[in-house]
Amino acid sequence: MTGDTLFLLPFLSGLLVAASLSLLGALLRLREEWLAALGFAHLAGAGGLIGLALHLPVVLGAALGAAAGALLKGLGRLHGNTVYALMMLAGWSATLLMAANSALGSVMGHAMVEGQLYFAGDLHLVAAVALGGVTLAGLRWLMPALVRERLLPGQDAANRLPTRRRHLGFDLLTALGMAVGTATIGLMGAFALVFVPPWLAFRVARRWRQALAISVGFGLAGYTAAFALALVLDQPFGPVLVGLLLTTAGGLSVVSRRLSGA
Amino acid sequence: MPQPLLVADALVAGYGQPVVGPLSFAVGPGEVVGLWGANGCGKSTLLRAVAHQARVFDGRLTRRPGLKLAWQRQQPVRLDEMPLDGHEYLRYAQADREAPPARLSPWLDRRIDRLSGGQFQLLAVWAMLGGRADLVLLDEPTNNLDPAGQQTLADILRAEQGARAVLLVSHEHGFLQRACSRVVEVGAG
Repeated sequence: MTGDTLFLLPFLSGLLVAASLSLLGALLRLREEWLAALGFAHLAGAGGLIGLALHLPVVLGAALGAAAGALLKGLGRLHGNTVYALMMLAGWSATLLMAANSALGSVMGHAMVEGQLYFAGDLHLVAAVALGGVTLAGLRWLMPALVRERLLPGQDAANRLPTRRRHLGFDLLTALGMAVGTATIGLMGAFALVFVPPWLAFRVARRWRQALAISVGFGLAGYTAAFALALVLDQPFGPVLVGLLLTTAGGLSVVSRRLSGA
Repeated sequence: MPQPLLVADALVAGYGQPVVGPLSFAVGPGEVVGLWGANGCGKSTLLRAVAHQARVFDGRLTRRPGLKLAWQRQQPVRLDEMPLDGHEYLRYAQADREAPPARLSPWLDRRIDRLSGGQFQLLAVWAMLGGRADLVLLDEPTNNLDPAGQQTLADILRAEQGARAVLLVSHEHGFLQRACSRVVEVGAG
């Protein structure tokens, strides 16, 4: 593998993940369900290591782990923060136990928690491309109904129209996003891309479409800057990404509030 | 005579146990019907029963086959952060039957979380009325409205008479008299 390819694959994989997660995060924030991302990320981490023990690719194990959580939530008709807290605790416990009991699991567990993007390979890129495609297609189908339901709840129930498939679809999409994100750029890096860009966008945007554009744009810019910075400074990618997103979003938010006089 | 959209016949509704009724009334096409009663008499429960959100214990509630409902709850959802302007809010509500009333126009370019309570309430009511539902259910639509806002709402509802069926509940008898083609007293049997 040449030096160019060595960094190109991880960069492109992460770029697609950053765009998808920033977009999904805006809907999660509107639905006040951003904690779901952390729950799915923990299950993805555990699933990745369990998959590794079963000789499955990490990204596939992560997707299966997170999808199992989404199905359990959807089919069990569980709601609210309690289910996400349970996912986090179960995922955290399983991740650390798997990491503690195998050498490779320890390395991969550490990489996922720390966010070592540079381990990403062909399979991660394929998964990231698939995530990008599924996110665009899925949100095109789901977004109008999800936004409407959030703003004007009860319309479908009043007309006895089913909503379960839509909720399960969005949960599975979020689970897939967090699985690919966790396996590619690490647990906290993926969560930061879901949480921070929409947080800024919701504060400064004047319209919904603008909020989506700011969220994705900020996520992509933050990711690109963090990728370069981590390489130049020889630092782990995850903490650099999270720190950069937080400081930049915080600064931009303050400036925006001062300019608007709020 | 056109077929009624909704007929309640000796209806008793509630949740774990009966809350309201027996009550009989009907809503025909183009009628704006008000349900009036004191706080706690079960007006909202009646609307919830129509919207399949409360249980019918006795009597009958007959909806015209294929009836499409729009239902505004007593407190429209208002999040701390809602980065949508009024145009987008109405678009997602599918309130595209006709242009919003002129009174609402100045607010449509603003973020909906930066509107006053009364402005948002009127926008939320229009989000229901401006759609294509056959029957619009409004639960205490005068919440957050000052006298001028109530007058605007009454004007909007009067303009709907003959064109759109509305069933609304309120404890403001004077408002119902101004806005509705008929008022039914809840608790009167």
